[in-house]
Amino acid sequence: MRFARTPHVARKERAEVAAKAIFALMAAAMVVPLVLIVGYLVYLAWPSLGWEFLVDVPRRGMTEGGIWPAFVGTLYLVGISLLVSAPIGVLAAIYLNEYARDNWFNRVVNLAVINLAGVPSIVHALFGLGAFVYAARLGYSILSAALTLAIMTLPVIIASTREALASVPMAFREACWNVGATRWQTIRAVVLPNSISGILTGIILQVSRAAGETAPIMFTGAVFFKAVGRGELFPYGLHEQCMALSMHLYTLATQVPNVKESLPYATAVVLLGSVLLVNASAIALRVWLRGRKKW
Amino acid sequence: MTAFIKEIEVQGLRLAYDSKEVLHGITFDVYRNEILAVIGPAQSGKTSMLRCLNRTIDFTASATVSGTVRVGGEDVRRTRDVFALRRKIGMVAPLPVGLPLTIYDNVAFAPRSSGLTRKADLDPIVERCLRQAALWDEVKDRLRSLGTALSGGQQQRLTIARALSHQPEILCLDEFSIAIDPVTTMRIEDVLKELRHEITILLVTNLTQQARRLSDRTMFLWDGEIVEIDRTDVIFSGSPKSEKTRDYVRGVFG
Repeated sequence: MRFARTPHVARKERAEVAAKAIFALMAAAMVVPLVLIVGYLVYLAWPSLGWEFLVDVPRRGMTEGGIWPAFVGTLYLVGISLLVSAPIGVLAAIYLNEYARDNWFNRVVNLAVINLAGVPSIVHALFGLGAFVYAARLGYSILSAALTLAIMTLPVIIASTREALASVPMAFREACWNVGATRWQTIRAVVLPNSISGILTGIILQVSRAAGETAPIMFTGAVFFKAVGRGELFPYGLHEQCMALSMHLYTLATQVPNVKESLPYATAVVLLGSVLLVNASAIALRVWLRGRKKW
Repeated sequence: MTAFIKEIEVQGLRLAYDSKEVLHGITFDVYRNEILAVIGPAQSGKTSMLRCLNRTIDFTASATVSGTVRVGGEDVRRTRDVFALRRKIGMVAPLPVGLPLTIYDNVAFAPRSSGLTRKADLDPIVERCLRQAALWDEVKDRLRSLGTALSGGQQQRLTIARALSHQPEILCLDEFSIAIDPVTTMRIEDVLKELRHEITILLVTNLTQQARRLSDRTMFLWDGEIVEIDRTDVIFSGSPKSEKTRDYVRGVFG
C-alpha cells in the first residue's frame, strides 16, 4: 500500500510520456525535409552528375557541359572572403571579450556587431557596390565580391568567437593573473587553446553561408558567363570577374532557354554537396578538438 | 614572530563596487613570517580585500579603491611593475583551479611567463614546488598528464604548488579547504606549518577552528570592517575585547 500510485503521480507520468513523444516527433520531423530535398535533387540531377560535369566548362550557350568555372569561382570568393574576415573577426572578438571595458566606445562596437549581423544580404550587396566597386575603385571583380562577402560574414564570426571565448571559465584567467601573467600570456596559454574548437566551428559555418549567397556577389563581381579552360586550376585574376555556383544556378534556372533539365539540379547538388562536406568537416574537427579539450 | 617587520601595511582601505561599498576603510598590518588568519562570514569582504593586495581588483571594472596598501614597503598603486607585485604574492582560490595544462606546465606557467624557458631551470622549480605542496610523490611519474584530471584535493595542492612557483614572499589562501576532504585539509595545514618559516601567510578561512589551529594572530572581519585583530589565543580565549568576536568564534552566530 505504501507505494501505491496516487492519481497525481499517474498524471505526472502521462505528461512525461506525452512531452517526450512530442519533442521526439519534432526532432524527427527535422530529418524529413532534408531527406526529401536531397533525394529529390539527386534524382532529378542524376543524368548529368559525374566527374565530367564538375571539371567541364558550360557548352552550347550553357545548355550543356559542366560547371567548372562556377565551382572554381565560388572557391575563390569564399576562400578570399574568409582570409579577410576570419583574422579580423577573431582578433576583434578577442579584444571585445578579453580586453574591452564597459564604456561607450565598446557599447557602440557591440551594437554595430549585432546590427550588422541582422542586415539582409541585398543591403550588403549595395554597400559592396558603393564601397568596393566604386569608392575603392576595385571595379566589378573577385576582390570586390569577396570583400563584400567578408563584410557580411564578419559580424557573425565575431559573435561566435566571443561566445567560444566566453565559455572558458573565468577562474582560469584569474589563476593566470594571480601568478603575474599578462592578459596576452593568459589568452595565449589558456583561453585560446580551450576555445579554438568553437572559434573554428563558427568560422567554417560561415563558409556555407558565403557560398550560398547570390545577391552580394551578383552586384559586385559575379557574371553569367566567363570563358575558362576545362579543369584549369587558376583561371581567374583577382581583378577579373568570375562565375559562381549560386549565381550559375540562378542563371540556369531563369535566364537560359532550352537548358537540359538536369543541369540546374546537378548544379544545386554540387553546391549543396560542397556545403555539406564543409559542414561535416567542421563537425569532425570539433569532435577531434573537443577530444583534446582539457577540462 | 620575533622580529616585527611589516610585510603588508593596509591603511584606510576602502573598496566599492559601483556605489556599493564593501570595505569601509580597514587598517591592519601583516608581520613577516606570521600566519594571520582572517575570519568572518560570507560577504564580509575577505576575498575583495585579498584582491586589493595583488591588484587583481583592477580586472573588475566597477571597483573603486582608496586608501593605501603597502607590500614589502612599496605602495601597490604606485608600483611600476604590477606583474612583479603579483608574483610577490601567491594566491590560492577557494575552488581548486587546475589549469587545463599538464601538471608540469601548471607549475612552470608562472616561471615561464616571467621569462624562464630552459628546461634545466624549470625542472628544479617544478620539483621543489610540488614537494612543498606535498604532491610530488603522487604525481612525479605523470607530470605530463593533465592537471585537470587530478582529484579535487590534489588539484588544490597543485594550485598551492603553482602559487609557490614564482617564489612569493607572501602566500594568501582564500578558504582553501571548502572543496576538499578533511584528510587533505590536514595535509595542507601541515604544509603551511612547514612554510611559515620561509614566508608570510595570510589565511582567509570560514573555519574558525582552522584559524585557531594554524594562526599566530586572527582578524575578525564583519561587513567590511575589522571588529578585532589580536593574538589568536586572545581571540579564542573566551574573553576577547569584542562580544561579537566571542559570539562568532563560539559559533553563536555566523
